[in-house]
Amino acid sequence: MTDASQHAAAPKSLLVADSRTRSRKAAEMRFRLYGMMAVGVGLLALVFLLTSVLGNGLGAFRQTFVQIPITLDEKVLDKSGTRDPAVMKKVTTIGYGKLVQKAIEDELAAKGIDTQGLKSKEIMGLLSKEAPADLRDRVLADPGLIGQTIAFDAYATSRVDGYFKGRVTLETAERDSNISPEQLKVAQAMADAGMIETRLNLAFLTASDASELRPEAAGLGVAILGSAYMMLIVLVLSLPIGVATSIYLEELAPKNKWTDMIEVNIANLAAVPSIVYGILALALFINFMGLPQSAPVVGGLVLTLMTLPTIIIATRAALKAVPPSIRDAALGVGASKMQSIFHHVLPLAMPGILTGTILGLARALGESAPLLLIGMVAFVKDFPAAPPEGLMQPATALPVQVYQWTQRADPAFVERASGAIIVLLLFLLTMNAVAIVLRRRFERRW
Amino acid sequence: MSVGLLTLIILGLAAAGFLLGRQRALSAVKGDARALHSLPSFYGWSVFLFTAVPALLVMVAWLFLQPTLLETRITNTLPAAETATSSTDLVMADVRRLADGLDVLVAREGLDTAAVAALAADLPALSDRMAGVGVAFGADLDPAIFNAAIAYRDLGASLTGMMTIAALIVAAGGFLFALMRVHPEQRARNLVEQFIVVLLIASSLIAVATTFGIIASLVVESWHFFRIYPASEFFFSTTWNPQFRGGSDLGLWPLVWGTIYVSFIALVVAAPIGLMAAIYLSEYASPKVRATAKPLLEILAGIPSIVYGLFALVTVGPILRDWLAMPLGLGNSSSSVMTAGLVMGIMLIPYVSSLSDDIINAVPQAMRDGSFGLGATQSETVKRVVLPAALPGIVGAVLLAASRAIGETMIVVMGAGAAAKLSVNPFEAMTTVTVKIVSQLTGDTEFASPETLVAFALGLTLFCFTLGLNVLALVIVRKYREQYE
Amino acid sequence: MNDMRIAERTVSTNTAKITARGVQVYYGENHALKDVDIDILSGTVTAFIGPSGCGKSTFLRCLNRMNDTVASARVLGEIKLDGEDIYDKRVDPVTLRARVGMVFQKPNPFPKSIYDNVAYGPKIHGLTRNKTELDEVVETSLRKAALWNEVKDRLTAPGTGLSGGQQQRLCIARAIATSPEVLLMDEPCSALDPIATAQVEELIDELRSQFSVVIVTHSMQQAARVSQRTAFFHLGNLVEYGETGQIFTNPRDPRTESYITGRIG
Repeated sequence: MTDASQHAAAPKSLLVADSRTRSRKAAEMRFRLYGMMAVGVGLLALVFLLTSVLGNGLGAFRQTFVQIPITLDEKVLDKSGTRDPAVMKKVTTIGYGKLVQKAIEDELAAKGIDTQGLKSKEIMGLLSKEAPADLRDRVLADPGLIGQTIAFDAYATSRVDGYFKGRVTLETAERDSNISPEQLKVAQAMADAGMIETRLNLAFLTASDASELRPEAAGLGVAILGSAYMMLIVLVLSLPIGVATSIYLEELAPKNKWTDMIEVNIANLAAVPSIVYGILALALFINFMGLPQSAPVVGGLVLTLMTLPTIIIATRAALKAVPPSIRDAALGVGASKMQSIFHHVLPLAMPGILTGTILGLARALGESAPLLLIGMVAFVKDFPAAPPEGLMQPATALPVQVYQWTQRADPAFVERASGAIIVLLLFLLTMNAVAIVLRRRFERRW
Repeated sequence: MSVGLLTLIILGLAAAGFLLGRQRALSAVKGDARALHSLPSFYGWSVFLFTAVPALLVMVAWLFLQPTLLETRITNTLPAAETATSSTDLVMADVRRLADGLDVLVAREGLDTAAVAALAADLPALSDRMAGVGVAFGADLDPAIFNAAIAYRDLGASLTGMMTIAALIVAAGGFLFALMRVHPEQRARNLVEQFIVVLLIASSLIAVATTFGIIASLVVESWHFFRIYPASEFFFSTTWNPQFRGGSDLGLWPLVWGTIYVSFIALVVAAPIGLMAAIYLSEYASPKVRATAKPLLEILAGIPSIVYGLFALVTVGPILRDWLAMPLGLGNSSSSVMTAGLVMGIMLIPYVSSLSDDIINAVPQAMRDGSFGLGATQSETVKRVVLPAALPGIVGAVLLAASRAIGETMIVVMGAGAAAKLSVNPFEAMTTVTVKIVSQLTGDTEFASPETLVAFALGLTLFCFTLGLNVLALVIVRKYREQYE
Repeated sequence: MNDMRIAERTVSTNTAKITARGVQVYYGENHALKDVDIDILSGTVTAFIGPSGCGKSTFLRCLNRMNDTVASARVLGEIKLDGEDIYDKRVDPVTLRARVGMVFQKPNPFPKSIYDNVAYGPKIHGLTRNKTELDEVVETSLRKAALWNEVKDRLTAPGTGLSGGQQQRLCIARAIATSPEVLLMDEPCSALDPIATAQVEELIDELRSQFSVVIVTHSMQQAARVSQRTAFFHLGNLVEYGETGQIFTNPRDPRTESYITGRIG
């Protein structure tokens, strides 16, 4: 036999592995290890990402406050004594600032805290620049307070806040023009005396953005509201349009070149980079149609266009999952095509459609690139009004607020941005959880 | 009348139409619904649809066209001297801002028309008041601009009025037309259903319109760009150096290089890790491990890119700089091609792995059995049978991931830097097409300048690139799937 | 006729290649195979017959541990190849499968060239030293599988492009290229037309001179045509095992008789 040489190889024992088998086995183990490493790297990246965000951002929910009793002197705040807010508005924040300054110096003296020779201005430097404005807002909202002594919780400046959170140390303060080690020592003494406290700060979620110099006062209120407005628009527009498109393509459309083109088109739209949608929005909605910049309505429209393909793809899958027998049954009792769809197929597909919609909304909520182009990066301090007018007024969105904060110089904004991400991720987590529950609850196996 | 109110009125009229139509049909047969061709509510719906849909369409179309009309009409009234010194767009921007500012003033202080006209007497004072409502003007207000703004507001108001009237007439017309046609013999159900089919088709056209809108806006504005900036410079120059006062070099290549470099690093990270993870999860992992690890990996895919951007900016960038770039003497920038590429790679891992997972699972089990039956180990089976069989699909998946990488914006905006250069050092800050689209369109330069318009040409380039990759990938993947069906 | 006599003589003198004692197989809770004892002889074609779900394929897959790839399967008892327990912890199923080859129900050529399909086994097991030897193995295997003349001019063409019968013979060539001692065939003709079936059956008979062949089949005619010994499985039990002629003409067990005469199955 020609192949005798191979066959002649004496049958080796199965129980003893030869060197080739051993090396193949080692290769097998290596390959397996690479696979485990790849999964591990992915999971590690996830853990690293989340811990980094949580580590940087949890601090944003806590804030350092300076507690000062302030006597609201009528002579300073309301000379006329009318308690008329229109008149009282004439007293600017500078007037209130002096009042705050006097109060804090009195309090320091009363508590016997050594001020390390700090000047008045430096003592005021411990407080946020927002503090006098806060006090003014509070008095204007309730003129009855005038003449009383109230407990006023002022934001500490971001550096003092950072000191109590460990971000700022006496060493870094040496090199910092915004704070000196002496100031920090005074702050420490104030904390020991119970004048300074770090606690939960819900204003982070409700307050509006603050300027570059006052990170301690910046909040997510406008961004959350703006995002909510946009999600409302996306939901109201993309759900009906997406469902209508899917019904047409899945149930009614003849299979021809034209509908083929629509389908290819939708598949490609799903893969168009989001920034390109931003360009579309800028050219079409803002330059051509003249809609206002930074308005939730424009953001909502562009996110709708982006979300539509996702919803259409999910809806079509849900419609496809309804077995044809249901349609036949409805047609068999004399229902029209339209009735069989709207009475039977659509209700059965609804859980799938809603799941897809929620996931689409979650993606839209996290989208930022197109919003940058339609001017949502602008600094917006005022809350937009209730819809529908509010939809045309400037607002910002959660992810864009994150971007904005990262572009600012003060490192305290990094903490804010990470905090905002935590809020964003919580929203996304909730939406995804709802989608999963929906799917589990209503999933139907045919 | 505001658009919202108008919509409400039209819908109210339509709702009334529904009730009346239904009522009319029923009363024609003396309440015996069996004598009707269709269910009574179909008669109501027919009136509703004929009332609401055409009127709302008129309204939307009007809103769409009004700005253009307004713009051309006002531009024509501007004195030639105005448009001679600076571009028409700039002047019109001032006109619009002034008109908006006046709107705010009117809303805030309750001025009447006469009071608004009287503002012309003291333009510097008006300028100050405008600044008070957040509309600041650099130079002094020009009377011509003020007049144009007044005309703009007047014309806008009268156009809106005309729109209201037109929409209401159409609504009333549809209402009466449909109501008159209500008749027991009328095939109301068929009519309503046909109407709905038309609406469904119209909805599906929105997707087509979006594509058309994207292409049109990119092409038109790019065309404007190439009229004022030579295309050869754009496509062949290797310098990117925009200037505020003109004379910019707007060469595409540094941006394309940055884009390709970042995407390349991202794929070098994502493709092997994603592929190996998919292989492990589909070929090796026990069902339990798979059921936990797969959703966990997919969380990475659900995280918005802004989060990755922040991760690059505050965590990965500084780590790479302090531990790699500085010790190796390769640079001291925390934003770098490496930072952006690495983070983008992490983002793409689940994308590659879930696509590859689908593709690997599509390889028939018989292939694996055949290989095992010959005494191949699992890794030999994967490497020599499964992967070669799945290769086209995997190539498609990597192409899709590449297209995602090229179009990704936030990670590179926050992680790659802004310096346009052609360098091979991955620890240097470079920039990408998407970064420059953002920076050119969010800057303060005037819209009609080449520095702004170049963003559209960049957008067009990006669109073509990603579209090409996607189509190629989809074709490959589709061919691959057909092979096993 | 001369050939037949030789074959019969070999049967009587051949020794047991595989011995199985008390083999039990569970798929999860399902007890698929109950207490099977069997000796499979070398140089013989052994047919496993029985109705669907009787455990014949399950047992076949135990013989080269293909059941290992099914996560829920558990195999108890003892199966020895040349006196060595193949379920011993020290045994690598990979080496076992190189010695106990397998051909599947549906032709499953790899999406590679004809040449690469056949060369796959020798390559992974490192059976050849150079390209010439590999070429030789590929040619011999294809010749033995009676496919050489049909494909010798297009060895680089994809194996998936062949007809069904050719594909199955390619799979057989692929299996014998690693020079196994035992060849397991799981209903190798069920996906083939009658002409291709006849070709494969002829091939099986020729292969007997070098390998022990175990074939699972649905068709009793096929079992009668190709095998020297036949085992009848029913509901997970090995009911009867003996010379093919005896099983078909003079079954001892009433169940075997019912099956053969077409009353069950």
